[in-house]
Amino acid sequence: MLKTFRGGVHPNDMKAPTANKKIVELDPSQEMVYPMTQHIGAPAKPIVKVGDFVYAGQKIAEAGGFVSACIHATVSGTVKAIEKRMHPNGLFVESIVIDDDGQDSIYPELRGCEDYTKLSKDELVNIIKEAGIVGLGGATFPTHVKLSPPSEANIDYVIVNAAECEPYLTSDYREMLESPEQVIGGLKILMHMFNLKDGYVGIEDNKEVAIETMTAIAAKEKNLDIHIKTLKTKYPQGGEKQLINAITGRKVGPGQLPWQVGAIVCNVDTCRAIFQAVRRGLPVMTRIVTTGGDCVNNPGNYKVRVGMKLRDIIEQTGGFSKQPSKVIMGGPMMGMAISSLDVPAVKGTSGLMAFGEEHAYGADETACLRCGKCVYVCPMNLLPNRLDEAARADNYDALEKLNINDCIECGSCAYSCPSKRRQVQQIKVAKVKLREAQQRNK
Amino acid sequence: MDNLLVVSHSPHITGNDTVRRTMLDVCIALIPALIAGTWVFGYRALVVTAVSVIACVLFEWLWGKILKKPASVGDLSAIVTGMLLAFNMPVTIPLWMVVIGAFFAIIIVKQFFGGIGHNFMNPALAARAFLLASWALAMTTWVAPHTSVPFWNTADVVTSATPLAAYAGTEGAVGEIPGYFDLFIGNVGGCIGETSVLAILIGGIYLIARRVIRIRIPLTYLLTVALGTWMFAGHDGLFTGDALYQVMAGGVMLGAFFMATDYTTTPYTPVGQIIFGIGCGVITVLIRVWGGYPEGCSYSILLMNIVTPLIDRITAPNRYGASKAKKRKEAQA
Repeated sequence: MLKTFRGGVHPNDMKAPTANKKIVELDPSQEMVYPMTQHIGAPAKPIVKVGDFVYAGQKIAEAGGFVSACIHATVSGTVKAIEKRMHPNGLFVESIVIDDDGQDSIYPELRGCEDYTKLSKDELVNIIKEAGIVGLGGATFPTHVKLSPPSEANIDYVIVNAAECEPYLTSDYREMLESPEQVIGGLKILMHMFNLKDGYVGIEDNKEVAIETMTAIAAKEKNLDIHIKTLKTKYPQGGEKQLINAITGRKVGPGQLPWQVGAIVCNVDTCRAIFQAVRRGLPVMTRIVTTGGDCVNNPGNYKVRVGMKLRDIIEQTGGFSKQPSKVIMGGPMMGMAISSLDVPAVKGTSGLMAFGEEHAYGADETACLRCGKCVYVCPMNLLPNRLDEAARADNYDALEKLNINDCIECGSCAYSCPSKRRQVQQIKVAKVKLREAQQRNK
Repeated sequence: MDNLLVVSHSPHITGNDTVRRTMLDVCIALIPALIAGTWVFGYRALVVTAVSVIACVLFEWLWGKILKKPASVGDLSAIVTGMLLAFNMPVTIPLWMVVIGAFFAIIIVKQFFGGIGHNFMNPALAARAFLLASWALAMTTWVAPHTSVPFWNTADVVTSATPLAAYAGTEGAVGEIPGYFDLFIGNVGGCIGETSVLAILIGGIYLIARRVIRIRIPLTYLLTVALGTWMFAGHDGLFTGDALYQVMAGGVMLGAFFMATDYTTTPYTPVGQIIFGIGCGVITVLIRVWGGYPEGCSYSILLMNIVTPLIDRITAPNRYGASKAKKRKEAQA
């Protein structure tokens, strides 16, 4: 029996066009833009001034609090401006703009550590914090926070999230094929931090080659038990709560965090980043971006420097085959539609999808049939049909009673709806409205 | 300059399920029963069905036209209602009554309450109940299988008992108790679409395979009827009832797969569906065993339709990861 969770949907995975495309490294943009919010939490604070010379890999912004992350330059060059620039989310946020000198001079003070087993947990957490590592699967929660559970926490599962359940995306898959040692290396560091002999990697069963490759690398570890767990291919298998449930059988309850059930989950790319940070001293500078959709000429997997303009990614990889009407950062199930290509790739940019007009607009909504499909597929046991109703009526009492904040926004409800209703979209808006209403009433 | 990009919340893709496809699947699933009905009762079964479907679609279209609402005929739900309405009538029904039934189903039961998704009762069954109350004789004029039915003066036919009436020994119900095989293939008297267990099962399995319906309601409904009739419907005391006969005779099969599974009027929670199925079964048994009417399927479903919102309310799924103790605490707070 393959491991999985209750609920979920089966979208066509659309991974075939890019699954066999090797990762190709792209050149940085001439002008690199680093927004101060590339993570969940407080914005980072710039520590460079306009006109300063910076090396690639040099820290240019300090974490703005405990739940925050620092940011590094990914090219060498001069700080051109510190001003508000458009973030992929459409908001104008404070950003550091660097003019690339094309030299790629690496910050000389970056030092790796060959034998991390001599380092304490706190030292390792600090290295990860200084490297600006956040959840690179797209959630961008600061990793050092995740790795600092309270002392009473009893962590017995460290899990690599290699489910990659989003359609189209193959960046984690390629990572596992091309640098499995680094991914397992990152996991080993995590296992060392929590004194564990067992580590887990969860991979969906549509990624056979990755399962084979990772199993072979894991088998080389004589003193450690690294379990490669094959998961059922089902969306949202890579949701943190769903993955923990599939692998450990435990459920992260309402308002709980994974450490409360003894689990820590990190994405494939996050593990690679941890490996790079600890062993080579490198901060988060690059990430793998899968391009796709019916408007791109060469769908593929590209190694992109954080701060590079999305337009340059498209231009360097062969451009658009036709004018796109919708561009999505991330995958089509949970990715963010962006309003302009003149925004930078950020740490959480896992994909770049461009779709033509026929895919840009959803079908018209019709009345709810009460068929209950959204109820069956909701992995969080919610009633999306009733949440949808309450959200449209701004019925905040009902929204709270229906546990709106349990929603992980996976979109399985809207995906499965025969009436093409937009339950999750309504829920997302209602969450914000509810929060505002609660603040007003305080 | 780029053309403007569309910005919207995720998800940016949706599945292939549509209302139209769902309704089409139900229509396809009803075809075996239509073929069986035509074989048993002759071409007039086909005529009644055609009149019912055309009338339902016409009323659906007229309503939208008169109220200037977006056309809803394309969702095919009126065709499903039309087919089910015809399947719930005897083949001898005067055609003008079929049209009145269609009016009641589409206009009164469905559109008056807001159209598709908003009606609180199954339109076809409510129309059947309305017709039965208004023209009881015409709605219970049964003929034996393969009787030639005149097109117009249908009241003159030689009537026969339905299998359930014969079993119950209802007054005036003449006719032999048919065997299991005849019941299974549908070679018995009754409503147009309800006689052939085989045809209904083919349609039901198709719907389950296409994931249009879930097995919970049909299964719990049929099991409850079987258990209840085995216990109480026997002529020789408790536990002597012929459960197999009771499940295959009458409208229970058609009701369980096609009417107790109607999306709009039945619960959407998994536990609620089980309660609904059991509730339908209990009411059917009550009516068949202690009521004055040998059938009971349509009333049981209509009564359970009415309590569906209550069932949904009390059977919401458990909050993910919340322990039972915690849930109790929340309820108290």
